[in-house]
Amino acid sequence: MRQLLRKVFLADLIQGLRVTFRHQSPKQVVTEQYPYERPKIGERYRGAPRLNINPENGETLCICCDLCALACPEQLIVVGWERNPETKKKELVTFTYDISRCMFCGLCEDACPVDALELTQDFEMASYTREGAILDRQTLENGLLPTQYRY
Amino acid sequence: MADTFLDSTELVLNMGPQHPSTHGVLRVILKLDGERVLSTECVIGYLHRGVEKIGENRTWQMFAPYVDRMDYVAAVSNGLGYCLAVEKLLGVEAPPRAQAVRVILTELNRIASHLLWLGTHALDIGAITPLFYCMRERELILNIYEKYCGARLTTHAFRIGGLQYETYEGFEKECLEFCDIFEKKIDEYEELLTGNRIWQQRLKGVGILTAEDCKEYGVTGPMLRAAGVKWDLRKAQPYSGYEKYDFEIPTGQNGDTYDRYIVRMQEMRQSARIVRQAVSDIPAGPIMAKVGKVIKPPAGEAYVSIEAPKGELGYYIVSDGSTQPYRVRIRPPSFVNLQALDKMCRGALVADVVAIIGTTDIVLGEVDR
Repeated sequence: MRQLLRKVFLADLIQGLRVTFRHQSPKQVVTEQYPYERPKIGERYRGAPRLNINPENGETLCICCDLCALACPEQLIVVGWERNPETKKKELVTFTYDISRCMFCGLCEDACPVDALELTQDFEMASYTREGAILDRQTLENGLLPTQYRY
Repeated sequence: MADTFLDSTELVLNMGPQHPSTHGVLRVILKLDGERVLSTECVIGYLHRGVEKIGENRTWQMFAPYVDRMDYVAAVSNGLGYCLAVEKLLGVEAPPRAQAVRVILTELNRIASHLLWLGTHALDIGAITPLFYCMRERELILNIYEKYCGARLTTHAFRIGGLQYETYEGFEKECLEFCDIFEKKIDEYEELLTGNRIWQQRLKGVGILTAEDCKEYGVTGPMLRAAGVKWDLRKAQPYSGYEKYDFEIPTGQNGDTYDRYIVRMQEMRQSARIVRQAVSDIPAGPIMAKVGKVIKPPAGEAYVSIEAPKGELGYYIVSDGSTQPYRVRIRPPSFVNLQALDKMCRGALVADVVAIIGTTDIVLGEVDR
């Protein structure tokens, strides 16, 4: 009898609907209005790469040891260097990082002995061309430009 | 069965690969008699990337990010299995602190994987609401991952020999907070679904797989436990310090789709229980065992299997003593569980096929590798 009454009065469906209506309060909205409102990114987030420079004299921190290129599973880092004939030291000439093939595993960052290569919190890396995803030394040192949206 | 129904000719229907209910790019060739399924045939391989072959020309450390990309909703479990296999070959064991953090992260991953399963499975059956709630709670777990290791889905959280990252400040608190929130929310999901008559009628008695069938097909994980077999690798062959934690193995009786739902819901509760125990007692100490920068396991082979959210995930690795694996063979749970699809679908309705594919909890990245 009880079962029948529950069935006639749709008790099980009303129970479910109660949960749904409990969530109707506008305070519980969890959707992020993305371009207007930026997400808080974790400090350790592995996003766009950056080649750090010494803030005092603007020189690169990279010591051209090539360890990042060796650690990369996709072999997408190319470090171009030449030896300075006067000081007999390696000097960085070019540095290419192909983010179209990158899977942001962080192995290059771990391998770097001087914290020159770093994966930053920047996550907007879209580009219109495939060539645009290949970052050269200039872009890596300045960091990717933040996207401007018209709104 | 065919001749007892209305006179109709046999119809061959392709379901997928672009079908929202096949959870990826699975193609099922259905032979139908009216609404009844006579037989099914799976066509897989649309997402094949050759992960095992990639392993043969990467070094041991370099291969770790690739295993995350097989079962991408449970990337941490994949990473754990691979790391444990290489550690076994190397003869090292992760320090106690690393083991505790590994347990916390894999159990959170089990919850995340089951939440995604619950949401999409309910969506297939026709209940849209749970999906939003499940995603909301899953987001909390992904935020913990993002703060811990810097990625949300393909985490690359573990390294061979231990961990790369120390826990961040407030890690324990956030995990406990998540457990508090989650245990209330799981009651809410049950309120929405468990007693619902449409849910029960769509699931009860659908896709029955008995314990004998499960053993014949090699089906593992929640599908096996729903058939009443108390088999969980975390209890049977404890790894990464699981013997220290107190938890139960939920089982069902009938082995139908409804029982699998109940078992997975119970499993989420048990996982939250393990997280609570592990978080309250993270031992201090180093997080990395003594392994060199260049990992060169001695020539030999090792097989390690762990209880991934979907079943037994095994790694069989062979080393020839060099810096690269000679062979990496992966036993993915989804691939093996999918083989039982035909057995479950025979005689069912077309609409039940959707429910059955949902309940096997497959991820095509893992089936095809």
